[in-house]
This record gives sequence, C-alpha cells and structure tokens, in this order.
Amino acid sequence: MRRRLFGVIAAHPVVAFVVVFAVFPFLVPYRALATQVLIYGLFALGFNLLYGYTGLLSFGHAAYYGLGAYGAGIALAKLGVGSLWLALAIGLGLAGAGGLVIGFLCLRRRGIYFAMLTLAFAQLLYFIGFHAATWTGGDDGLRGIPLHPLGIGPFTVSLDTSIAFYYFAFAIVCVAVAGLKRILDSPFGAVLQAIRENSDRAMACGYNITRIKLLSFVFSALFAGTAGALEALRLNVVPIESLYWSTSGQVVMMTLLGGAGTFFGPFVGAATFLVLEDRASVFTESWPLVIGLIFMAFVLFLPRGIWGTLLYWIAPRRTPA
Amino acid sequence: MFDVSLAALAAQVFTGLVLGMIFVLLAIGLSLIFGLMTVVNFAHGSFYMLGAYFGFFLLGRTGNFWVSLVVAPLMVGTFGLLIERFLVRRLYGRGPDDPLLLTFGLSLVMVEGARMIWGKIGLTFDPPRALASAVDLGFTRFPAYRLFVIAITAAVLVALWAFLTRTDVGLVIRAGSRDPLMVRALGIDLGRIWLIVFGIGSALAGLAGILAGPMRGVYAEMGVTMVIESFVVVVVGGMGSLLGAVVAGLLIGEVVSLTTFFAPKLSEIMVFVVMALVLLIRPSGLFGEPGLLE
Repeated sequence: MRRRLFGVIAAHPVVAFVVVFAVFPFLVPYRALATQVLIYGLFALGFNLLYGYTGLLSFGHAAYYGLGAYGAGIALAKLGVGSLWLALAIGLGLAGAGGLVIGFLCLRRRGIYFAMLTLAFAQLLYFIGFHAATWTGGDDGLRGIPLHPLGIGPFTVSLDTSIAFYYFAFAIVCVAVAGLKRILDSPFGAVLQAIRENSDRAMACGYNITRIKLLSFVFSALFAGTAGALEALRLNVVPIESLYWSTSGQVVMMTLLGGAGTFFGPFVGAATFLVLEDRASVFTESWPLVIGLIFMAFVLFLPRGIWGTLLYWIAPRRTPA
Repeated sequence: MFDVSLAALAAQVFTGLVLGMIFVLLAIGLSLIFGLMTVVNFAHGSFYMLGAYFGFFLLGRTGNFWVSLVVAPLMVGTFGLLIERFLVRRLYGRGPDDPLLLTFGLSLVMVEGARMIWGKIGLTFDPPRALASAVDLGFTRFPAYRLFVIAITAAVLVALWAFLTRTDVGLVIRAGSRDPLMVRALGIDLGRIWLIVFGIGSALAGLAGILAGPMRGVYAEMGVTMVIESFVVVVVGGMGSLLGAVVAGLLIGEVVSLTTFFAPKLSEIMVFVVMALVLLIRPSGLFGEPGLLE
C-alpha cells in the first residue's frame, strides 16, 4: 500500500505537488508559514538542481535569491513599475544575469573551490548591496515595496489577503516545479546527472560539461531569483540579509534536511526547517544552535535527508520521486 | 588628487602588514588541512574566535599575557584534535562536500554557543602593558603591539617551515598532500598525520584569534567574515601552497588596508575584486599548480 502510494507520487510528481500544496495552507498553523514554505521550497528547489542533480555545491545561493528580490523590489519601489509581472521578470532577469557571470567565474575551478568561490562572490554582492544604499536601502533594507493588484488578462486581482497571495505564489511555484520536471526529464537533465555521477566520463562522452554546468547554474539561479522576488512581494521589504551568507547556509540546510537529489526533498526540507524554527522560537532564542546540531546529525547519520531516507526504506528500487 | 601625508600612508601600509599576518595564519591552517585531507574547514573562523575568547579569559585568570599566548592556541589545537577525531574522521571516504557541510553546522553551533556562554556584547581585550606604548619608527609612530604581532607571526612561519621541511613528520605531511595512496602503501598511518595537521591548523587559527583580539575586539561573530576572507586568500595564493598563502595573505591585507585609507566603502569589496581578477588571469592561484587537489 505504502509502496503503491510512493509509486503514484513517483510517477506523477507534479500532480502530487499540486494536490498537496493546494490544501497546504489549511494544514499549517498559519497562512504566512505556508507561503514561506512555498517560497523557500522554490529557493531550495533551485539549489537542489545544482547540488542534488548536477553535483555542484554552491555556498552562495543568497546571491541569486537576493538579486531576484532586489530586482523586483527596486523595480516596484524605485522605478515605479506598475505591473507585478514586469517586476518579477526584472528580478528574474537580474538573477539570471548574475548566475551567468558568477557561474562563469566559479566554474573555472572544480570541486571544493567551487563552493568557496560561490560563497565569496555572494559576499561581494552583499557588500555592494550594503553600500549602494540609494538603490538598496543599505543596512535598513529596501522598504516600501507596493503590492499592486495583479493583472491577469482583462482582470485584476488584489493580493492583499494572505490566502490570495498564497495562491498567487502557488501558481508560480507550480510552473517552476513543472519546469524542473521538464528539465530533469530532458536529455539535458540526464547529462546533468551524468556529470554528478562522473564528470570525467560525461566529458569523455563528448559533452561540453562546462557549458552544461553553466546552464544548470543559470537555471538554478532563475529558480532562486523567482523565490527572492516572491519573498520581496510577500514582505514588502527586502532585508539586506537576503544577500548574506546565512541565507545561503539556510537553503543548503533545508535541501539537505529534506534530501538532496530528490524531487520533493527541498519542499520537505523547507517545511521541516520553517516549522521547527517557528516552534523552537517559543522555547529558545538560540535557534542557530538547535538547527546547527540537527544539521550536523543529518550530515553524519542521515545524509539522504528525510525524504531521501523514506524513499530508500519504502521503495527499494529507489525511484527518484 | 588625494591629499595624503606620506607618514599616514606608511602607517597604513604597516597596518595592512599586521592584518595580512592574521590572514596568513588563518590561511596557512586552512591550506594545510585542505592540502592534506581535502577538507575545507568552515569552522576555521570559529576556532579563531575561540582562540580570542580563551586568550581573554586566560589573561583574566593568570594575569599573564605570555602564558595566555601559548596556552590559548594549545587549547584551540586540542579542541581541533577532538573535532577531527570524533566528527570529521567519520566522513572520510564520502565526498569532499560533506566535511564542509559538517563544519558549516559546527560553526553555527560554536558562534551561537559563544553568544550563550560569553554574551552577545563584545569584549575589549587590552594589549599587555609591556607592549601598550608606541614605537617611533622615524617616519611614524606605531603601536608596539602591532610590531609584536608581525614579529611573532614571522617567527611562527619560520618554525612551521622548518617543521615541514626539516623533520620526518613534516616530510610525511608534504608527501601525504602529494600522493596519499603512495604514502599509505609505504606503511605510514595517515590517520595520525591527519589528526596532527588538523590540530596544528586549529592552533594557528587560535593564535591568530588571540593576536587579533587586542586589535579588533573579541565577539562571537568575529570569525565569520574572517573565514570567508581567508578562503579568498587561499584561492588567490593557490590551494595547498604555503608560500602562496603567505604572499596572498599579505597582499589581501594591504589591499584591505589601503582601500580603507583611500575609499573606505570599497575595502570589503576590493578583496573579492582581487580574487575575481586572479581567477580570470590565473585560475589556479598565484602559486598553485593547475589541477592539483581538485
């Protein structure tokens, strides 16, 4: 029975995603948490494309998340853009461009250097954001981002209620999830996983692995940028921490808690992380200590993460759901 | 264009040298550990922080800076040994990403732990009385403590160099970072060597911490940005190259110090600009060998 359920989920992951997240806001204590899970899940999904599927550990994904957030935020708050769609597109464009440039530089080195370089470039962006206060608001964050009504064809919808915003984010994340499924099922997706398993061999098969890795990097940055742009709309503020290394660390932890290289791991991880953080804040101020210990335990004893371990136990064929 | 007095500029160059020395101590530890074990220790900055706190409290207990200067790095080194033995060692044979992830978690725990134990407010750490004065260098007056930092770092570097090139253990360490399989085939227990190197690297970070304490203050987050900048130093110098770490450390120290002087807002950014330039022109770093340890 359980195996059958997992089989269905494995066969139709996008449908499973839509079904679960359509009712998700009614399963958690409050709506804001549900929206956060969606947005951070999307962020982790982008990270997972690069780490879980391509085998490249980025420690600087805050850069693309932050670029998406500041891109959308600056468009709305400083440039007077009146359309949410256009603002999202600007955020996405900025994140993609950042991913292209930084990805190009970081991919000049392999292995562990790559992780350190992504981290260093993200810090560079953080300091730029910190000092370019006229545009970014600097230390105070970018404030006063207006949430215009959303234009859908001839209609306009107000996103002022938390439930309306949830379903707006839900629609976008659904598109992203379907897009990821499409990427993974394509020959390109197969090459990504070949690179993860053995990059020398993939190269020997005649693939231009640097270009493919760069493309994966840019896709990953686009997902992260979408998440950042959505978060900017949700909060009406872009805090400077969006670009800080702690944000990069958060997405790494979420993905690994859930299970890197699994389709639902990032969402499971984001939900676990955020719900735990929410509950833990009642008991202790030292959340980083708690999550740090949990994360260390996962790296040591449960490297497959929650979802990955479930899949491993229940579906021995290890269908990549 | 700039109205600068030469004396002020010279003082700034000296300040850069001192900062560079701290970077060198941190980067050499990182580079040694990486070169031998392909482990990137993200918690290196937290060891640096630990060195500063241990130094501060030892000074309070013993009232003697010199004792603290020796004992604090030894304590951090011992802590590093325990971390290697009981945590990092479990991950050998998995990918090189796993130790990085583990030590990332460890750094969160250590920083938050330090905040819980020693408070969120930073501490001021006075330099020892013997070094509290300023020395007249002819062109400028410079705090004696900073000259002392330069001298002690130089001495430690010479000692380390002698250890690595003149002793049997040093020979095994260098051989192990070249070809660990061959070293093992010769019947040498690399596990012990790893332990020693992790301890030495941690102790160097601790030494950097206690030396930096009187200049930069002691607070829980002091290592967080330092570790990222030390990564940059290692990348610029070339991973696994000790000479590279020294040259790049001093270079980055001067870059930070001189940009602080001319354009303070750009000082943090310039570090990464230098790194990007080096990567574009010489991807393996100034003294690194291409393709080594990747």
